[in-house]
Amino acid sequence: MHLIVFILFAVLCLAGAVNLLLQTHPINSALSLIVVMTSLAVLYLLLGAEFLAAAQVIVYSGAIMVLFTFVVMLLNAGREERTLGSKAAKRIGFPAVVVILAVLTTLLLHVEGLGAAGPNTPISTTEDLSTVLFTNLLLPFEVTSVLILIAILGAVALARKGHGDQPPADNSTQEGTVAK
Amino acid sequence: MTILEFILWSLLKVAVVTVVMLMGIAYTVLLERKLVGRIQNRWGPNRVGPFGLLQPLVDGAKSFLKEDLIPQGVNKPLYLLAPILSLGCALISIAVVPFGEPKIGPKGFDLLSISNVNIGLLVILGVTSMGVYGIALAGWSSNNKYSLLGSLRASAQLVSYELALGLSLVGVVMRAGSLNLRTIVEQQSRLGIATWNILGGFQFVAFIIYLIAAFAETNRSPFDLVEAESELAGGYNIEYSSMKFAMFFMAEYGNMINVGCVATLLFLGGWTSPFGDLISPPQNMIAHALFPIMWFVLKVFCFLCLYVWVRGTLPRFRYDQLMNFGWKYLLPIAILNIVATSLWLAYR
Repeated sequence: MHLIVFILFAVLCLAGAVNLLLQTHPINSALSLIVVMTSLAVLYLLLGAEFLAAAQVIVYSGAIMVLFTFVVMLLNAGREERTLGSKAAKRIGFPAVVVILAVLTTLLLHVEGLGAAGPNTPISTTEDLSTVLFTNLLLPFEVTSVLILIAILGAVALARKGHGDQPPADNSTQEGTVAK
Repeated sequence: MTILEFILWSLLKVAVVTVVMLMGIAYTVLLERKLVGRIQNRWGPNRVGPFGLLQPLVDGAKSFLKEDLIPQGVNKPLYLLAPILSLGCALISIAVVPFGEPKIGPKGFDLLSISNVNIGLLVILGVTSMGVYGIALAGWSSNNKYSLLGSLRASAQLVSYELALGLSLVGVVMRAGSLNLRTIVEQQSRLGIATWNILGGFQFVAFIIYLIAAFAETNRSPFDLVEAESELAGGYNIEYSSMKFAMFFMAEYGNMINVGCVATLLFLGGWTSPFGDLISPPQNMIAHALFPIMWFVLKVFCFLCLYVWVRGTLPRFRYDQLMNFGWKYLLPIAILNIVATSLWLAYR
């Protein structure tokens, strides 16, 4: 049962990823990315990470990708032209990708305990996850939140640049600015 | 219980719940038309069947029989996908809602909820957040400026109010210490209305925030700018006809029911009676199964009536007022509520 679901969603995930690259229209690419992210959530669920799966759907497919599609719709970006690809990409790009993938794979295969999670691992509850997050990983967690705060401030500063003499924008967030 | 029995029972549950949900949607429409009619001092639909009770069925038949137009210049795959996404997301989230006491059914099988998952609340939030795509894609793929404006408004509104909505629920989750909807209900059921999260849990502020955000999430009046008829001629669904239009319509009412279910489960004690243990549960097996369902349906019904009442009373907000209110008032209050609740829990 687990295997069937895994194969189904792994194929869906890969198909979405390939489709993302092949599509020429930005909105189709964005939608393929949503398929990838949602199938990833199912794969997380199969590994017993229920909170992660839900967070993946809510945050990535539900919020971030909405903004993506939003921007694509607002810009009304048209179909992109398909080119034959540059020579530089063919000569350097593809070998470089192969090398990087090879290096990453070798490194990852040497990590201890990799691949230990599987269909039989007990589901890690939200409580377990938050215990780890707020004890062992407290510092990285807090630092990340500061990082995100800086990013928000940067976005606000960028959005308000250019019409500094006007009264400040009434929507203090990026979404609000996009909506205007 | 063998796997075959499990699958058969589950299929039965899914079929029954889907049919009940669809009928609920149809009769919510009638409820709204009747109640708004009475608020505006007229009768509402009363010609088809006794008291107009057959009106939803006739409306459904009419939607099916109308010509199914696909306008020129639409992005056809996405145009067809959008109503399916909308209605699908509206119908899926009911799958994790528990309607009554656990373990009523053959061999301790959980008959009164389709599935009882640890992260039930997050599943509902996740499915709801995916529902945005139905509206966004409908507006964009229709190749119409009014639809696009409507869907842009909708997406911005949904993303903004989803934050306040999610944060308003955190206090309840902290009190229960679980995201499982059954656990959340059982935690507040002890003394009936006195221990419901809305009163006993001091989550009254959270309930108000949830209420406001839920109205915005379902694109209902006073936040129905998405389909502001006077400005957008109908909004994101303007190019849809026949059953595809009806699917958006049904999705809206399905979302209303879902929001009502979540409010009932999280703030109003779910399927438990308001008297708690003061009245001992009935010994009769059938009554033991049916009374909780009755309480649940009654609470959701009250919530739906509130929806209609607000629609009949309040005028529409302006768009900038909506955004300002969501980000500058609702969100900070929701965060303050979380801080206050966690301080109280830590102090206790």
